[in-house]
Amino acid sequence: MEGFLNLFVKSIFIENMIFAYFLGMCSYLAVSKTVKTAVGLGFAVIFVLAITVPINFLLDTYLLRAGALQWLDSSYAEIDLSFLSFIMFIAVIASMVQLVEMIVEKFAPALYGALGIFLPLIAVNCAILGGSLFMQQKDFSGVTESAVYGLGSGVGWLLAILAIAAIREKIIYSNVPAPLRGLGITFIITGLMALGFMSFMGIKL
Amino acid sequence: MSDKEVKSLKKPTLFFLNKESEPLFSKKNRALLTDPLDDNNPITVQVLGVCSALAITVQLKPAIVMTLSVIAVMGASNVIISLLRNLIPNRIRIIVQLVVVASMVILVDQILRAYAYDVSKQLSIFIGLIITNCIVMGRLEAFALGNGVWKSFLDGVGNAAGYGFILIVVAFFRELLGSGKLFGFQVIPDALYEMGYENNGLMLLSPMALITVGIFIWIQRAQNRKLIEKN
Repeated sequence: MEGFLNLFVKSIFIENMIFAYFLGMCSYLAVSKTVKTAVGLGFAVIFVLAITVPINFLLDTYLLRAGALQWLDSSYAEIDLSFLSFIMFIAVIASMVQLVEMIVEKFAPALYGALGIFLPLIAVNCAILGGSLFMQQKDFSGVTESAVYGLGSGVGWLLAILAIAAIREKIIYSNVPAPLRGLGITFIITGLMALGFMSFMGIKL
Repeated sequence: MSDKEVKSLKKPTLFFLNKESEPLFSKKNRALLTDPLDDNNPITVQVLGVCSALAITVQLKPAIVMTLSVIAVMGASNVIISLLRNLIPNRIRIIVQLVVVASMVILVDQILRAYAYDVSKQLSIFIGLIITNCIVMGRLEAFALGNGVWKSFLDGVGNAAGYGFILIVVAFFRELLGSGKLFGFQVIPDALYEMGYENNGLMLLSPMALITVGIFIWIQRAQNRKLIEKN
């Protein structure tokens, strides 16, 4: 239990998707103009990450990894399908996003209306594919561990976009040098926030 | 045979050119190639493909390898999608695009692993992330789905080059100021270190990539004032 909590905190703060790896920057910059839309996208990302990472973990363990097909027949032990992982992961993500979209539309029309265009956009958010690829590198021992990692990464992403959206709502009232307005100042603020998040790096969990 | 038919037989046209009268490098086509370098830069103006641009710019060598990979992937996938553009049903176009891009990326990844293993290790997951690099999908959606093959190819290569340009500039400054080297060779003379010059270790850390791009945007927009945003 303690291990899961450690992993959760680590994936939110120390290995924050945005501040440590810059994953999902495109939508982070594009959708952070107001807090409301930022929160909507953030929750959609948590949702999709928490679903796709464990599914891709199962795919990786039982299908793609070297020797993963051993459970079918011992003669398959030599097969290594890991070169297919990109295309398998992205296919899972694209279909999951489609599925999630349909389920949300059916059972929670209010949430669907709030998320609007962001749900389909998530398929091409690098944070999602990045989560699965990091999962592959980290060699998790079980499916729960990978689910916790996916959930934590999503929460970290929400935290980051929420913070920048709140700052951007306020910065409209300040006198920023004209060429820096908009994108430029957002980059620099994110840089400063990332500097702040680096202080978590010293924490050993 | 009438005169007209003879004329059309004399001028064989390549199937992928929309008009036989337009030369391969007409002014419009050249603009497709050069616009993304400044006025319509994918990173600083369209805000596409930022993720990888920041993460792999600690050194010049991986940045250049990444640029070449993105040019190859974008050129090839733009051509393929443009060839298929009338066959793809609108509803499943995103999945079709992802599959095409993913196959191209797998090719690049395998080639890198075979011929440049250490660089491929350094780039780790970022080669795979070319698939979801918004710049590739963005240009496929915005351009290749509606334009001819040659134009799409130019657009892909031009945008990838604009992306690579930022990558290389940022990596140049980060490697020079952060470790005093370029391509892994020391360029700042020892005499300077003896006089008390120190490498700025902060430049090697990820936050400085963001700030370097921020400053780059500042300089670019100060030069090119039509890019300035309202607020």
